Amino acid sequence: MARFLIKRLLSVSLTLFAVSVVSFLMFFALPKDPVTGMCPKNCNAERLERVRQELGLNDPKVEQYAAYMKGIFVGRDLGSAQGGKCEAPCLGYSYVNSEAVTDTLGRVLPVTLSIVIPAAILWLLLGVGLGMLSALRRGTLVDRLAIGFSLTGASMQLYFVGALLLLIFTYQLKIVPVPHYTSILDNPFDWASGLVLAWIALAFLFSAIYARLARAQMLETLSEDFVRTARAKGLAKRTVYGRHALRAAITPLVTIAGLDVGAALGGTVITETTFGIQGLGRTAVYAVRGGDLPMIMATVLIAAVFVVIANLVVDLLYAAIDPRVRLS
Amino acid sequence: MSLSPEVLEPVPVADAAPVEKGVVGRSPGQLAWTRLRRDRTAMISGCTLLLLMLVALAAPLIEVLYGVGPHDEFKELLTRRGAIPLGYAGGVSADHWFGIEPGTGRDIFIRMVYGLRTSIFIALASALVTAGIGVTAGILAGYLGGWVDTVISWITDFALALPFLIFALAIMRPVEMRFYGPRDEVPVWFRVTVLIAIFAAFGWTSTARLVRGQVISLREREFIEAARASGAGLGHILFRQLLPNLWAPILVSFSLAVPAYVTGEAALSFLGIGIVDPTPDFGAMIFRSIAYLQTDPAYVFFPGITIFALVLAFNLFGDALRDALDPKSSR
Amino acid sequence: MSLLAVEGLTKHFPARGGVVRAVDGLDFTVRAGETLGLVGESGCGKTTTGRMLVRLLEPTGGRIVFEDRDITHLGGRAMRPLRQELQIIFQDPYASLNPRHTVGRIVAMPLTVNGIRPPGGVKKRVQELLELVGLNPEHYNRYPHEFSGGQRQRVGIARALALRPKLIVADEPVSALDVSIQAQVINLLRQLQRDLGLAFVFIAHDLAVVRHFCQRVAVMYLGRIVEIGERDEIYERPRHPYTRALLSAIPNVAKLGESEGRIRLSGDVPTPMNPPSGCRFRTRCWKAQDVCATEEPPLTGGVACHFPEGAS
Repeated sequence: MARFLIKRLLSVSLTLFAVSVVSFLMFFALPKDPVTGMCPKNCNAERLERVRQELGLNDPKVEQYAAYMKGIFVGRDLGSAQGGKCEAPCLGYSYVNSEAVTDTLGRVLPVTLSIVIPAAILWLLLGVGLGMLSALRRGTLVDRLAIGFSLTGASMQLYFVGALLLLIFTYQLKIVPVPHYTSILDNPFDWASGLVLAWIALAFLFSAIYARLARAQMLETLSEDFVRTARAKGLAKRTVYGRHALRAAITPLVTIAGLDVGAALGGTVITETTFGIQGLGRTAVYAVRGGDLPMIMATVLIAAVFVVIANLVVDLLYAAIDPRVRLS
Repeated sequence: MSLSPEVLEPVPVADAAPVEKGVVGRSPGQLAWTRLRRDRTAMISGCTLLLLMLVALAAPLIEVLYGVGPHDEFKELLTRRGAIPLGYAGGVSADHWFGIEPGTGRDIFIRMVYGLRTSIFIALASALVTAGIGVTAGILAGYLGGWVDTVISWITDFALALPFLIFALAIMRPVEMRFYGPRDEVPVWFRVTVLIAIFAAFGWTSTARLVRGQVISLREREFIEAARASGAGLGHILFRQLLPNLWAPILVSFSLAVPAYVTGEAALSFLGIGIVDPTPDFGAMIFRSIAYLQTDPAYVFFPGITIFALVLAFNLFGDALRDALDPKSSR
Repeated sequence: MSLLAVEGLTKHFPARGGVVRAVDGLDFTVRAGETLGLVGESGCGKTTTGRMLVRLLEPTGGRIVFEDRDITHLGGRAMRPLRQELQIIFQDPYASLNPRHTVGRIVAMPLTVNGIRPPGGVKKRVQELLELVGLNPEHYNRYPHEFSGGQRQRVGIARALALRPKLIVADEPVSALDVSIQAQVINLLRQLQRDLGLAFVFIAHDLAVVRHFCQRVAVMYLGRIVEIGERDEIYERPRHPYTRALLSAIPNVAKLGESEGRIRLSGDVPTPMNPPSGCRFRTRCWKAQDVCATEEPPLTGGVACHFPEGAS
């Protein structure tokens, strides 16, 4: 297990390294002049040149990258124009927000986590439950409704669902307040009521996919020999389905769930834009619109870290469940 | 078993063929087509798709018949304050079937006809490029193995680690800045090209994975060895022997990629990154409509429902196609 | 003059924790128009040998000489003209035909690949070939899934004949077929062999089929030939203990119920990753002596044994 863990950790670091190099090259090397986008509108030629100096944009690309990496691991001095000393993990300074990138991230990350984690719990429960139900009641009205639900959900656009929910619950029925974020530590009820529409919208779309997968998986498992043997042995239906079939059917879903949570953490852009909540995704959109390169770079890296860590967790879970994985 | 030569002398006529009379056989593809034609869902969704594609193709013709262009503004039909359409359901009338846009006063119906065009064109083009790259990479990785496989598989894994939406969002601007100045007008074709390139760059890996798996299972089949034993070159084996056996997975992944790209394109445009006003686009329309949810709720419905219908039809058709190509799989 | 001569042919596969010695030094020859049977248990290396003869696998060592030319390491281009003389028939009639090609296209494949335009056109030639193997030439446009196993194997045979080869390697061509169909296909091969003067390397584990089809027989055990000779010699007077054991396993209706004469081999076939020292068969041989563990018996006079039958 230790060897497997080390191997996986190595490949994870390699992937993250590659992501950082690729995004660094793309965002800092691709534009003709990154500074024009980074500097506030009242920049004159002299100030632009100074920013260029301070950012080290006149240095070779390798040195720039090394300085950026050094900032992440040990911190670096960005110069007076960029807030001076920047502690590790330093992701640079945002001219647009006039603060260190890490400060912005520290503010928006809890928002994104508050949206995704409850939504993920909701969509897993709903999706798997619905899928199981429709597999066990195959061919009945329940099954058909569930299939219809999952087809609808899989073809819906998050922003359209979000708009409908807003329209119905906030503007027409007025039972849910306009979406907003309050820290769960300040006021748990306000926290939940501000985000509930986002949770429902995400859960509706994702649970549709899971219902579909869970149904197919369950049907396949139910037709397998060990389930029939267990039934033939005289075990109660409930024990067989609940203990044997469910476990076998749910394992493949773990992978997808892990990947989706990782992707959702990095991709709540649409949810946040639809509901006007300021999280990681919306910060990324603003950074892109404003040409705030250090901020863009940081959001890409953070999102990649989420995906990669989710991958790692899934792999480890799998290895814990199924020992064969460790060998290959 | 003992075989005596006398009994065995005459060459027997081939054992009875278990096929109906007729000289021309039915290829696996023809069998799949027959199955598809019997599938009611496939026929309904297929016809819907055809209709939508026809509408998209015939957009200029429809514009002439309808009498209103996508950029014509009807400010006189808006309220003076707030610029909200007069009348019911966002200004639906005999002249403006789906009403008019709040703010600008443009006709929603004709903008959606053109929006369909943008959406379907980008999705189909992206899916084609994706399939082309993915199939080539997958066949090469699967058949050649070795370092080619290692490199392609690693790129595939790497692309999976990149957060698509944020990355796509982030890359658009630097690419534009590379070719155009910060104040320049970026032409529509450039944005469309970049969108297709982004989708292809991220999308080819899943097709490549699928094809690679298939090729690995086919590689050791004896009909490939038979071709090699006859002196067939790499090109013949890859494209004459392997490719015909890959049509099923390629078609299925293609048909499921198209709705994904419709969604993706609309999402990027919704975020203001893909296609931007005044070019008609579903995502951009829905983004605008969010601001008018309270004052003109009808605005969100038309583009929202159309894109839903488009994606649903593609998904249903893709499923049906998979069932027809692989009768063993069941929904 | 021999059509095909094999000297010290070796194939080692790298594997986890060592090397699999699938084929470990084979010597044999095939004359023009002759049929050589290659028999042995599964895993003895006979299929690997067949794949090497038609150069689907690269030999690790040894030489393959075809019509006085060393073809062991001939490259793709130089090998091309020779591929036309050397063809292969496969075991599995379901995997050996491309399911997406018509029968006509499958049989024509060797012609198209080599850019050969026979007089009268490819289609005419293909239809002649289909007729030759006892198929209806009208079935030109049918797909493999519309045929039975026996018919598919005939298609495979027609494909192998398309280039008018001099030698065909038949890798268990009937073992995947029903017994009733086996006889038909074997007969077809016999007739083709006589009419076209073909040489065969016939790989099989079924000794009855080999006896019926082959003029000479080579018996393989763990990547080596333990005995080789004329068919009647091998079947009537086997000299290697392993050959005797194999032959005694053939059910004989005349001796039904008698238990003597049936030699039961004890133990399993050793792994080809770590074959026994000296004679490879010694671990299962009832005649093994000390010398068998230290000295590998050379293949002399058609048998590789320190204590061959009928010698004492």
